[in-house]
Amino acid sequence: MKFTRKAAPVAATAALALTLAACAQSDRSSGSSSNSGGGDVKDTITFGAAGAPELFDPFYATDGETFRVTRQMMEGLVGIKPGTADIQPELATSWESSSDGKEWTFKLRDGVKFWDGEPFNAAAVCYNFERMFDQNEVAAGGPAGYWADVMGSFKSDAANALYQGCTPKDDMTAVIKISRPTSKFPTALSLDSFSMQSPKALKDGDANNVTKQGEGFGYPAYSKNPVGTGPYKLDKFDEANKTVTLVRNDDYWGEKAKTAKLVFKIIPDESTRRQELEAGSIDGYDLPNPADWKGLKDQGNNVLIRPAFNILYMGLNPQKNPKLKDLKVRQALYYALNRDQLVKTQLPEGATVATQFMPDTVAGYNKSLKPYEYNPEKAKQLLKEAGAEGMTLLFAYPSEVSRPYMPDPQKIYEALRGDLEAVGIKVQVNTKPWNGGYLDTVDNGGYDAWLLGWTGDYNSADNFIGTFFANLKANDFHTSATSYGAQLSKDLDAADSIVDEGQRNAAYEKVNQQIMEQDLPGLAISHSPPALVVSEKVKGLVPSPLTAETFSTVTVQK
Amino acid sequence: MIRFIVRRLLQMVGVVLILSLLVFLWLRSLPGGTVSAMLGERATPERRAALEKALGLDQPIWVQYWEFLKRALTGQFGSSTGVQPGTDAFQVFLTRFPATIELAFFALVIAVALGIPLGYLAARRRGSIFDNLSIVGSLIGIAVPVFFLAFLLKYWFAIKLHWLPVSGRQDPDINATRVTGFFVLDGLLTREYDASWDAIKHLILPSLALATIPFAVIFRITRASVLEVLDEDYVRTAESKGLTNKVIRGRHVLRNALLPVVTTIGLQTGGLLVGAVLTERVFSYAGLGEALAIAFERRDYAVLQVCILMAAVTFVIVNLLVDIAYAVIDPRVRTR
Repeated sequence: MKFTRKAAPVAATAALALTLAACAQSDRSSGSSSNSGGGDVKDTITFGAAGAPELFDPFYATDGETFRVTRQMMEGLVGIKPGTADIQPELATSWESSSDGKEWTFKLRDGVKFWDGEPFNAAAVCYNFERMFDQNEVAAGGPAGYWADVMGSFKSDAANALYQGCTPKDDMTAVIKISRPTSKFPTALSLDSFSMQSPKALKDGDANNVTKQGEGFGYPAYSKNPVGTGPYKLDKFDEANKTVTLVRNDDYWGEKAKTAKLVFKIIPDESTRRQELEAGSIDGYDLPNPADWKGLKDQGNNVLIRPAFNILYMGLNPQKNPKLKDLKVRQALYYALNRDQLVKTQLPEGATVATQFMPDTVAGYNKSLKPYEYNPEKAKQLLKEAGAEGMTLLFAYPSEVSRPYMPDPQKIYEALRGDLEAVGIKVQVNTKPWNGGYLDTVDNGGYDAWLLGWTGDYNSADNFIGTFFANLKANDFHTSATSYGAQLSKDLDAADSIVDEGQRNAAYEKVNQQIMEQDLPGLAISHSPPALVVSEKVKGLVPSPLTAETFSTVTVQK
Repeated sequence: MIRFIVRRLLQMVGVVLILSLLVFLWLRSLPGGTVSAMLGERATPERRAALEKALGLDQPIWVQYWEFLKRALTGQFGSSTGVQPGTDAFQVFLTRFPATIELAFFALVIAVALGIPLGYLAARRRGSIFDNLSIVGSLIGIAVPVFFLAFLLKYWFAIKLHWLPVSGRQDPDINATRVTGFFVLDGLLTREYDASWDAIKHLILPSLALATIPFAVIFRITRASVLEVLDEDYVRTAESKGLTNKVIRGRHVLRNALLPVVTTIGLQTGGLLVGAVLTERVFSYAGLGEALAIAFERRDYAVLQVCILMAAVTFVIVNLLVDIAYAVIDPRVRTR
């Protein structure tokens, strides 16, 4: 009796283990050789990512973590020149627009195949665009965000869409029609979301079948098993171990990837990423804390600083605080800020004082504009003239967040607040967590002044000042409540639709001057370069202002 | 006994229902939300409205709750929006749960394997240097914050000595086969012993960090409990009867002293789940705790709901197991 009572659980456990063992089979291929790379370079690059990719169909993604992975596997008609924000031919070898700027002809690259063997040709291009255009209500409302941003609307509302159709002129020439000339073309086609994917795989995987699942979105099978043309292809996403593994595409049309395997290890905690690098278990990671840059360099790592492609600004809401309607008051605030000091003490190496609402890497940047100087006396004078001496200002900053343009919001805020108080402004301090009310309050116009910024998606002035001020009805700067808002919006639309690049850039330069000298809807503060860090053994990684680094040129020494 | 278990399980259903409503209301009363998390600085009123509509967040809250309940009953909890977007929240839970169980199990084994013998020895040698050292050790265990301890452990064992990995669950180069999601077990089942060994190496530091508090508590309770039992009449009687030391220790002292210890272990299991949130985060260990932390930052309602509810279910079940263990250790409980 006693024996059976004790033995029964043991026997049961043993039986269970045996059963499980019987159905468990090792999936390993027998010749698994992970570190057999010849020569003195490793055959695997391991990079520390901060978050998991959302899915592998870039069309439904809007986040950098997803694009970092899909960029290695997918290519668009238009690519980005390494190290710059400028476009270059990728799957299209050349393009030209009609004289009215509404018809774009793309000559396609010969001899390109998707991994599944499908040919890349004009029919494939048009299939892709029609697929992106024809989205169901759920996808249109959420995941297909970049299409909504760039093209305005989808097939269900075709009349209001920028995209008007794609036709294969011949096998290797595709023609895309748009409703009006715009500076977005063809630059916006360099967005990862608009990468070319295999028509057959898209069809077979029911790629457009996005559904609403509770308070989230459900994606079709294709999103886990994409097919592109790039130098790497997806091997597996091990969700339980949080690693994404890509392997070299040996049939790649261009120069093959130098390292056979590319692993993204997802490490959400920033200090853990740093420790992983120190331990040598990853070869690099993204967005090291600027406070760590020096220490990382001292340990022999390379901190690769990307050219800044962002802007930090102080938003102003004249609707909330009518004193801000007076240009003199807005200028006074600007003169009060000691931004040279801010850039030197609070922002990462390489940060610059902003002279306008876009960085100098963007076409249409006005070189002749000078920054508003630090002049507290002038600020006081202007406040006096405007009858706003001792005005109060509800000025807010976000907590629990770090953005590339704003690594430490609180420190930046404290510096700016001190400057404002020095000229007699009474600052009412307010802070909320980034996603705990801050963004909502900014959108609802709840602050007089606030800190926010923007990182560009592609090289176009429209992607900066157009985003900020062109939509008169709803923008964070509440320009609809000002005397200049309507005109500014018109001027921006007019500049955007100029076909000739030279003339367009000149028009944008003029608008930039107008914004800074006459309108001043907000205060452009600074541009901060984000960085990535790699160990000294890593060669060939070129930092990109668009964070569009490709790993196919990278080698890691043993 | 069976009626007892059934009754407890029925109670659990009630608890989960009420909790689901509370969690639902709580999440939606938080400032910020899924929409802000998804759009960030590219949020405009128009995009916000479109996304809210697409996600059904523009519906009245009771409609949302009712929809949630209906779905939950069919086993669909909705897609994650932050931890693993597009994956059903329950699937996220299933992927992450084995990781946490593995970690908590290792931590508990460490805490029990060290806590009980040390507590017993400390009590037997009350007032000795050993006793005092153990008490100081357990105090440090409670007082040192997990993130600091984690930092020290990682710094020494991973970065300086290169003995153990810094974070994660397994080296991606291992290319292990997944069966149950318990990495150590999977390696044994598929005979990929290197995979098991690698998973164990990844478990050592986080489970040590996580074990400190339960170890300290178990140690102190055992010590106090043994001291109390040693003074009992039946122990003196047993000694005077001339029973061997082994029998006295095993049958009379330990068995009686263990009752409060078992309760404590049960309660500590709940504490382990809480402690796992921090430990998993700093060790980037892909368990429930890390999922909860990310889900909270990104307002991933579906994952938060599932994980909190399932944590409650786990807690209730663990307590039920503790009660059953009581019955096994103490025959008096069984007859009642």
